[in-house]
Amino acid sequence: MSFEPKITLFSCHYASQQSCAEHGKELQELGFPATITMVRVPCTGKVQVTALLKAFEDGADGVYVVGCPAEGCHNIKGSVRAAKRVVAVKKALEELGVEAGRIEMYHLPRGLHPEFVAAGVAMDKKIRALGPTPFQI
Amino acid sequence: MIVAERKPMAEIIEMVNGCSRILVLACRGCVTVCSAGGEREAAVLASLIRLGMKKQGKTIEIIEGSLVRQCDKEYIDAIDEWKGQYDAIVSTACGVGVNFIANLRKDTLVFPALNTTFFGGSAEQGVWIEQCAGCGDCVLHLTGGLCPVARCAKSLLNGPCGGSVDGRCEINKDTECIWQSIHDRLSVLGRRAQMEAIAPIRDWSTAGHGGPRKTVRNELTI
Repeated sequence: MSFEPKITLFSCHYASQQSCAEHGKELQELGFPATITMVRVPCTGKVQVTALLKAFEDGADGVYVVGCPAEGCHNIKGSVRAAKRVVAVKKALEELGVEAGRIEMYHLPRGLHPEFVAAGVAMDKKIRALGPTPFQI
Repeated sequence: MIVAERKPMAEIIEMVNGCSRILVLACRGCVTVCSAGGEREAAVLASLIRLGMKKQGKTIEIIEGSLVRQCDKEYIDAIDEWKGQYDAIVSTACGVGVNFIANLRKDTLVFPALNTTFFGGSAEQGVWIEQCAGCGDCVLHLTGGLCPVARCAKSLLNGPCGGSVDGRCEINKDTECIWQSIHDRLSVLGRRAQMEAIAPIRDWSTAGHGGPRKTVRNELTI
């Protein structure tokens, strides 16, 4: 049976700056997976551990965060903080016996560019390989 | 403050197995300051418990609550707000809080979500270090304010031992030799002669070796 993953992306306003252009059409045309639901936030430093876990509780098979480059965050340390929270969730998932790879952090430059699409494609591929979330009843 | 850290999730999930409704109870005292058991950490824990139970194919209803402190009778009374709504309390307080709930609510099942680790302070953001052992017979006036009981790996009262190298402890090179620091500090303060005083054999009964300790202040009792 084919498996269509449900992936939640938390992206900062800057890294996903152009993703809303033409209502996201351009993103789709570039091959951004339709399995990904994007939540745009002013800064990934604002994304709390609870928000990342809530995405899994809401049925996400995978979650990833896209923030500014570690050395060039618009808000200085926001994306570094986000990366640390992603690591904390990875550890928590491992404690629950779940693959840590179901959550990832990407640091990308601002604007719409191949890397933004490539990160989405990589997550889609990885979550398809991992299979459906183990948090199902 | 009392410093603590969350127990492994496997241990917590095992505790709550069999419960269909739990109250995850945060403490807004020390464990909030050390980011182990405040409202934010309790919310993370509640989420992890729900996920852990889901992974086992089970559901669990979780109420999230918090008390100003869990180490005072008056605050424990506020638990009654959730009376009848849970099978067990998972407390994110230190061990004192868990004991207080157990003492005061005879028919309530209470589980600890944290391992209570030490009395310490925040060295920098996200880092806490042990500073006091609560041994009940403070010698800080003799040691320049630095505690050899808590901060010397051997709790020596007549240090340093022979294992101190370049100001580092032989037990762990990441740890300062507190007796070296005591020496350096007393020197700066012009009190190095204190290093030569021999501390007598210590009566450790005040440190809990005489059983649970109790403080009574008659002027405060009713």
